Amino acid sequence: MNPKEYKYTEEHEWICPEGGDRGKAGLTDYAQTQLGDLVYLDLPEPGTEVEQFKKMAEIESVKAVADFFAPASGKVIEVNQDAIDDPAVVNQDPYGEGWLVELELSKPSELDALMDSDKYDNFVAELEAEAEEEEPEEKEG
Amino acid sequence: MLQEIGVSSVDELFRDVPEKFRNVEFKLPPPLSELELKEELRQLSSRNANLQDYVCFLGAGHYLHFIPSVIGHITGRSEFYTAYTPYQAEVSQGTLQTIYEYQSLVCQLTGMEVSNAGMYDGSTAAAEAALMACRITKRSKAAVLSTVNPRYSEVIDTYANGHNVPLEKVEPDLEGLSTDCACLIVQQPNFFGYFEDLGAYAQKAHDVGALLIVIVDPISLALFKSPGEYDADIVVAEGQALGSPTSFGGPGLGIFTCRKEYMRQMPGRIAGKTVDVDGKPGYVLTLATREQHIRRERATSNICTNEALVALATTVYLAALGKRGLRQVAELCYHKAHYAADAIGKLKGYSLVFQQPFFKEFVVRCPVAPQQVNEALFKEKIIGGLDLSGTIDNSMLLCVTEVNTKQDIDRLVEILGAL
Amino acid sequence: MGHHYLLPDISRPGKIGCSLPALDVAPSDLPPEELLRQELELPEVSEVELVRYFTALSKLNYGVDTGFYPLGSCTMKYNPKWHEDVAKLPGFTSIHPYQPIDSVQGALQLMFELQEYLAEITGMSATSLAPMAGAQGELASILMVKAYYQARGDTMRRRILVPDSAHGTNPATAAMCGFEISAVPSDSEGNLDLKAFEPMMNEEVATLTLTLPTTLGLFDPQILEISQLIHERGGLLCGDGANLNSLLGKVKFGDLGFDCIQLNLHKTFSTPHGGGGPGSGPVCVKSNLTDFLPSPLVRKNGKEYTLTSPTKSIGSLGAAYGNFGVMVKAYAYIRSLGAEGLKEVSENAVLNANYLKEKLKAYYHLPYDRTCMHEVVFSGKRQKARGVHTVDIAKRLIDYGFHPPTVYFPLVVDEALMTEPNETESKETLDAYIDAMKEIAREADENPEILHTAPHNTPVRRLDEVTAARKPDLRWEMGNQKTKD
Repeated sequence: MNPKEYKYTEEHEWICPEGGDRGKAGLTDYAQTQLGDLVYLDLPEPGTEVEQFKKMAEIESVKAVADFFAPASGKVIEVNQDAIDDPAVVNQDPYGEGWLVELELSKPSELDALMDSDKYDNFVAELEAEAEEEEPEEKEG
Repeated sequence: MLQEIGVSSVDELFRDVPEKFRNVEFKLPPPLSELELKEELRQLSSRNANLQDYVCFLGAGHYLHFIPSVIGHITGRSEFYTAYTPYQAEVSQGTLQTIYEYQSLVCQLTGMEVSNAGMYDGSTAAAEAALMACRITKRSKAAVLSTVNPRYSEVIDTYANGHNVPLEKVEPDLEGLSTDCACLIVQQPNFFGYFEDLGAYAQKAHDVGALLIVIVDPISLALFKSPGEYDADIVVAEGQALGSPTSFGGPGLGIFTCRKEYMRQMPGRIAGKTVDVDGKPGYVLTLATREQHIRRERATSNICTNEALVALATTVYLAALGKRGLRQVAELCYHKAHYAADAIGKLKGYSLVFQQPFFKEFVVRCPVAPQQVNEALFKEKIIGGLDLSGTIDNSMLLCVTEVNTKQDIDRLVEILGAL
Repeated sequence: MGHHYLLPDISRPGKIGCSLPALDVAPSDLPPEELLRQELELPEVSEVELVRYFTALSKLNYGVDTGFYPLGSCTMKYNPKWHEDVAKLPGFTSIHPYQPIDSVQGALQLMFELQEYLAEITGMSATSLAPMAGAQGELASILMVKAYYQARGDTMRRRILVPDSAHGTNPATAAMCGFEISAVPSDSEGNLDLKAFEPMMNEEVATLTLTLPTTLGLFDPQILEISQLIHERGGLLCGDGANLNSLLGKVKFGDLGFDCIQLNLHKTFSTPHGGGGPGSGPVCVKSNLTDFLPSPLVRKNGKEYTLTSPTKSIGSLGAAYGNFGVMVKAYAYIRSLGAEGLKEVSENAVLNANYLKEKLKAYYHLPYDRTCMHEVVFSGKRQKARGVHTVDIAKRLIDYGFHPPTVYFPLVVDEALMTEPNETESKETLDAYIDAMKEIAREADENPEILHTAPHNTPVRRLDEVTAARKPDLRWEMGNQKTKD
């Protein structure tokens, strides 16, 4: 479900390493489901320097604002203007057309600290299980 | 009911309150019936000289303008005034659609592209505009022109202080304008009633990368160029003049409009048009992610309740007057004020302090202390202008609106001439 | 339907909705051309069209005068009409804030007495009526706290503590004053988690902003311990008085250890909500903070009233003196009720909320099963198991003719339904509401679809908030606007 070649953060960002120390980054499917319909993306200007795990953007749905943390350090080369124009694409295709930024990585070894897709699958499964446990038993009225 | 709750007295429901502090004594006057209350308040109110009995030539930010009766009949509909913030849009379309109309009307007036649903008053709107400019430019200094209403500068200072943003006072020559200012705040017409070169201010502000914030007299905008045409970034105003009584200074209405590109940095509520599940047009509160209930400490402002009913009055006022009516009111103010200024300027011992074009307010230097002038006027049931002696010797700021008749003005001139 | 058009749709050139007098003086020359406006486009409608339009719009609204309005923490109580009428007296509406002081002694007397009454009601030393809404009252409180420590040369206190159940205005206000904010968790009883709070309350903390009862509608019985701890460590305790309706005439905030508190006249003191204002948010303080109050205060010298500014005032919060028109109504309310009447208000408010709690707790999950104050917070968790969310319950209530409670707040309760019945509602009304809620609980079990598609009977049904936020349409346009790009 979550693409095998991608790497994942605990804050539900993904990064897809490409050749030449570059990588596209975005929100995972779990994140977009939690946030609901996205309405606005506040992405940094190309040329902005970012640091791994530090906030680099804000993602808004109707009733919530979420911080987007950089999955790796580097420089923003490009932002997805199509997604900015129509944030729905992030909900529809979070791993493909819904990418958010393209980064030039300054420390590619940082990717080793991130989860691979199996680990992330488990991480999400645990979160969902925790949420289930909090549901009360049904009481008859 | 107590039985169903399972307690024997109401006081048991207060069991979590420390006992020694429950049911303490409150020293308040005994209750009054409706008849008694009305008489009591009628007496209190009669100890105030009200502007229905007195002729008024006082302005300085709060104005006596004509209020068509239709406004009170609409704001008096309890579906409007006993509702609250339109959280449940399906049962609040009345409130939401009127906010949308309000936002549209004030943008037409100010020449700006977007508006919010209103703020507390003109001064806090100016203060919030300064903070918004800081967010947009990522700078933390604001500049205000010396010709802005001093009460407004005080309020902007209070808010700026909170954010640790220094507020610079600059003169119209803008010599002191820092290059790291987030904004330049000006008033048009200014506090003394006359027009300044907004184009030059816009140019200079933008040259240093600052936003131009303009505080306007909304009635003047029917006759004079809107700040939008001068490249202003944020335009605010006091909306009381548009259909609300002076009410001892409150409630008023902070009109807040700006360019579209700054929309998501605007404080306050905003209503937007959309459709429902059946495709019918409808209105909702929108862009709520700017606000305190979502963004909390990162909100554009802490504002929640604003001045919705006053905004409704403004909406009805602008609709009732319309394009021609508002223009007519502005012209009446203009010509009557100039008639008065001409006549007073000709009186021995009196002079007009400023020569620049003005709208409905002007500063007059008097042969005796303005306090003395106002005492003489008050005896004749006239409220005189604002005493400016602290700023400009022996001067007062006079205001003439469409409610002042020729007789009123002639009487004013006569009394002034006799001093 | 009268609401599917807007003013520009009914505008016709030449129409006007009022009558103005002709110019009675000789006209003067107009200013230079470059100052003048070429074109102002505004709708042109007649008075009858205007009245029909706004009348139609008003009928789309639901107010307290329409029916039960249990919006939690908003205190939507009935607004007596005689208070509306006295506020319309010309001696109150038609006075200018800057006219001679001795010509407005009646207004100043009203304000002075209101200052006194509010101080008495809250058990504080002094009041400023300047703040124009609750949030501005909160701003005043935090600015005063800041000024207080600055005056003492205490530069360490850069943090404000706020319970995790706090209203969004609390942290937003703290941020507007340059403070850092830390959230204090609530315990399983819905009270402040004292074990977590104790280590957080150190010499870096200026104040704890506490709503009491909390936004959960619960009175924290630890209040005396909390205030003692804060004061021992050199801090201040600020109150958010949004929930004062539960303690009116019965308990004084000053007795509980609060140093300052802001009030909402448009909630507790029955001035109308206006569709979103005007409100009024006076702030009351103990003597340690009186010097810092926002200007102006009304002072009495013998028989004369004047306006003064405290020596170390945080400054002005508005161009005049606060929302005087709202103050008149609150004054009328207090004079109408007296001490005994105010006590009946809080007792009935608390009684009504507990009644709702007991009658509905079998049908809706009650996160804190203990005595509540003037409001009760339910959760839609039980219904969530059937795929029905609080929003669906709220929308279905509208079909039953009720305004829904506050939903999804406080954030510490999942699927929250914050319900405040108020003292002005009869048992009959409460029973009708209870019956509707029971029906909805049954529908959630048997026919959830009807809740998902609610409301069914309103002029518009559920609205597309997503498109409204993605592609904001915030106004119509008329004519050629000469704004530069």
